[in-house]
Amino acid sequence: METILEVDGLTVDIPVAAGVLHPVRDVSFSVQRGETLCIVGESGCGKSLTSLAIMGLLPKKARRIARTLSFEGTALLGLSERRMGDLRGNSMAMIFQEPMTSLNPSYTIGNQLEEMLKRHRKASTREARERAIFLLEKVGITSAASRLTQYPHQLSGGLRQRVMIAMTLMCDPDLLIADEPTTALDVTIQAQILLLLAELQREFNMGLILITHDLGIVARVADRVAVMYAGQIVESGSVKQIFENPTHPYTQGLLECIPIPGKTPPGAHLGSIPGIVPALIGDQKGCSFADRCKYANPECAELRIDLRAAHDAGHVYRCVLTADQCAQNRHGESAA
Amino acid sequence: MTPPNGPSAAGTGAVPSLPIADQILEPSPARQLRRRVFGHAGITIGAGVLIFIIVVALLAPVLAPFDPLDQDLTRRIIPPVWHETGSWTHVLGTDQFGRDYLSRLIYGARISLLIGFVAMLISGVIGTTLGVAAGYFGGRVDMVVNFIITTRLSLPVILVALAVVSIIGNSLWIVIWVLGFLIWDRFAVVMRSSVQQVRDLDYVAAAKALGCSTTRIILSEIMPNIVNNLIVVATLEMAHAILLEAALSYLGLGVQPPAPSWGLMISEGKGMIFFDPWLIGIPGAALFAMVLAINLLGDGLRDVTAPENRN
Amino acid sequence: MLNYALKRLGVAILVATTVSIVTFSLLHLTGDPAMALAGAAATEDDIENIRRVYGYDRPFLVQYADWLIKAVQGDFGRSHYLKTEVADVVFDRLPTTMILGASAITFAFILSIPLGVLAAIKPNTIFDRLALTLAVVGQALPSFWFALIMIFWLGIEWRLLPISGTESWQNFIMPAVALGYYVTPAIMRLTRAGMLEVLASDYIRTARAKGIRPGAILFKHALRNAIIPVVALSAVQFGFMLGGSIVIETIFAINGLGFLAWESIQRADLPMMQAIVLVLACFYIVLTYLADMLNAFLDPRIRVV
Repeated sequence: METILEVDGLTVDIPVAAGVLHPVRDVSFSVQRGETLCIVGESGCGKSLTSLAIMGLLPKKARRIARTLSFEGTALLGLSERRMGDLRGNSMAMIFQEPMTSLNPSYTIGNQLEEMLKRHRKASTREARERAIFLLEKVGITSAASRLTQYPHQLSGGLRQRVMIAMTLMCDPDLLIADEPTTALDVTIQAQILLLLAELQREFNMGLILITHDLGIVARVADRVAVMYAGQIVESGSVKQIFENPTHPYTQGLLECIPIPGKTPPGAHLGSIPGIVPALIGDQKGCSFADRCKYANPECAELRIDLRAAHDAGHVYRCVLTADQCAQNRHGESAA
Repeated sequence: MTPPNGPSAAGTGAVPSLPIADQILEPSPARQLRRRVFGHAGITIGAGVLIFIIVVALLAPVLAPFDPLDQDLTRRIIPPVWHETGSWTHVLGTDQFGRDYLSRLIYGARISLLIGFVAMLISGVIGTTLGVAAGYFGGRVDMVVNFIITTRLSLPVILVALAVVSIIGNSLWIVIWVLGFLIWDRFAVVMRSSVQQVRDLDYVAAAKALGCSTTRIILSEIMPNIVNNLIVVATLEMAHAILLEAALSYLGLGVQPPAPSWGLMISEGKGMIFFDPWLIGIPGAALFAMVLAINLLGDGLRDVTAPENRN
Repeated sequence: MLNYALKRLGVAILVATTVSIVTFSLLHLTGDPAMALAGAAATEDDIENIRRVYGYDRPFLVQYADWLIKAVQGDFGRSHYLKTEVADVVFDRLPTTMILGASAITFAFILSIPLGVLAAIKPNTIFDRLALTLAVVGQALPSFWFALIMIFWLGIEWRLLPISGTESWQNFIMPAVALGYYVTPAIMRLTRAGMLEVLASDYIRTARAKGIRPGAILFKHALRNAIIPVVALSAVQFGFMLGGSIVIETIFAINGLGFLAWESIQRADLPMMQAIVLVLACFYIVLTYLADMLNAFLDPRIRVV
């Protein structure tokens, strides 16, 4: 499997009134063609900014630093805005969270779809139209031809998100980043959209980065998982490794919050993680999770903690405790 | 309940709230407002110039070297001091009737300020009453007021003012009243939307629940919160009234000669634009400066108290 | 959309009728038309005669109804002064004022929309400050003074442009600028505000993510949405300009409706004054109605229901 996106040491700094904000700190991961990477974490952990950093869509004031940020061999950091624009929508595409406001209200669906092919491939209107109809049908929209002349406000949220997906596929991208694509939709539609994404990923052989805060989705869709907390990746591995052997205390806490039908006794307490996410302004020292962690030592707040290997290959986590200690903690918890 | 920290999920340029300690150490709201007011260039410059003009106008009898109405046909059209033939006796020269221009300028400030201020008051009362009624009561009242506003907006203001003044006769006070009865529309529109924004807030509902009378609610709960908008519109309409009076006087249907209205001075000087352009240059510059100062002040006040109302 | 159009039309007609009442009342009730017509040297008998001949002795409502019914059919009566049909003169001079108004608003657009867009792309930079300063200065400049200054520099000192009359299109340049600059600040500010808001919206972020070129993002995606409120404002401003043209037309000796109004006021030509005010008011009403419809048309959310 070929690596299409390589991210090593990605950091985003944003100067604000009170100092410098560090919403993304030393994030590293890679995406293979045909693979789904899920970046999971709570609101404010920096997962959206990470994807915006990759696409080069950060706000003007933000600064982007990385040891490596390359897409299909091209280094993205020094790339001119012009060349970046050639890549965006073309070989790397992105879907956002709010389908209700992500489409231009003054132009038809057809216009907004066709525009992509015309921009990147200099296609004729007829060619673009054909591709648009083809993709609309692919994403499950019936009577596609008549939809082309409709305006966004005439479609429901679920339909609009399907149109967004079709739009990203217009130029056959190699990488698709989906930032919480189903969060704003009804639960019943969420499943449909996710299944759709999984199918399309297979069919078009794309790499998919799916950003979400919903572990249920991760379990269903992911190949690999990266857990983010306070701007850092605290654990990453294959979906099997993360769910069967969550090592970092935060990951363990997250999984404990999910009730499992059959396993969780009715009336039992659901797990929760006390405390709040720290402010990320100014220099950060030690582990960001330390003030909420059950197993924290005084040294946790002082040391710089790098990712270290867990038992299996490809499974890494960021904690001072050893993998065995973490496993013990977890078994201790479930026994209690 | 502690405030959220860290960046928001959407991510595009969200700025987080400060940690708690900083909020305690921040200067008080009153101090912040004072800082913004004085730090704002527009307000300081605008207010400064306006206060200067007001002081000069008030001290006119003391400051003016001559009687503005005093004609001296032996000293006609003397250029200002910066010309070769000018002199310090008449710093800004004299007009075609030999009247000292500096004195006329100073007394003219009185006329502009008086007309601007009183017309603004009259239109303010009319417009605010209509706007508050429409905004607070809504429904039919709102419909009727909107209709009245639309009707007023359809009338070409200068034409109607000219026509009415030409029929009734032009005196200072007739001009003031006619203008006052014509330029209230912005007051009505702004006050209406301000009241609408405020009337559904909790403290108004609380007052209603306590059984306060409508008048009491409007005067004590609503008005104090929209007074800042009122002040902003008032300054802008004062400038508007000044410009309108100048235009009316320029056309000969404003203040009567020989009063030293700046608009009238420009009109009297336009015949000599070829050779003595300063006859129109000086009063025009004064008008411009005064209106600019008032506008800067109004814009500045709006920036400081309600920047979301920029349009 | 049709319902909306008809409802607004009803309101427009109602407003027009009210304006006619207000106009008629203002001009008839604020003084004695017969006395104004008779002049200073007239005797009591002269005034009575005039009153009878012109029908000023009839009850007010009768006079009004009579005038309105005729006006709707295009008959505004005869001019006291010119001895011709008012309607003929008014509609003869109307096109000139229209041309002046159109040139003025065109000038305003050419100046304010690019400035507004530029100020929005580079907020808080020197361009933005410059545009806003221009706006503030523009609103403080008295139009008649500005016109005189332009006449002095461009017409007299440098002899670049003609200063009166309407022979050629160059005659309209200075008047268009003098009339149009006053609405420039409002249009520029609204464009800037609209663009700033639109540029921060989600669909612009989508357009950037699609790799659309910056020029297309600005002018295809953003401006199209930002311009909607500007259209409504422009119609209103155009209406104001028509009313305010009297000053500019008198300065530049342009033979339009404004100049005619000026002459009529001087001559106490009541039928003419009434007609001009009513015609200009109706223009404003029609313009705002069209702007409403254009707004609804431009915003697909209203148009396609």
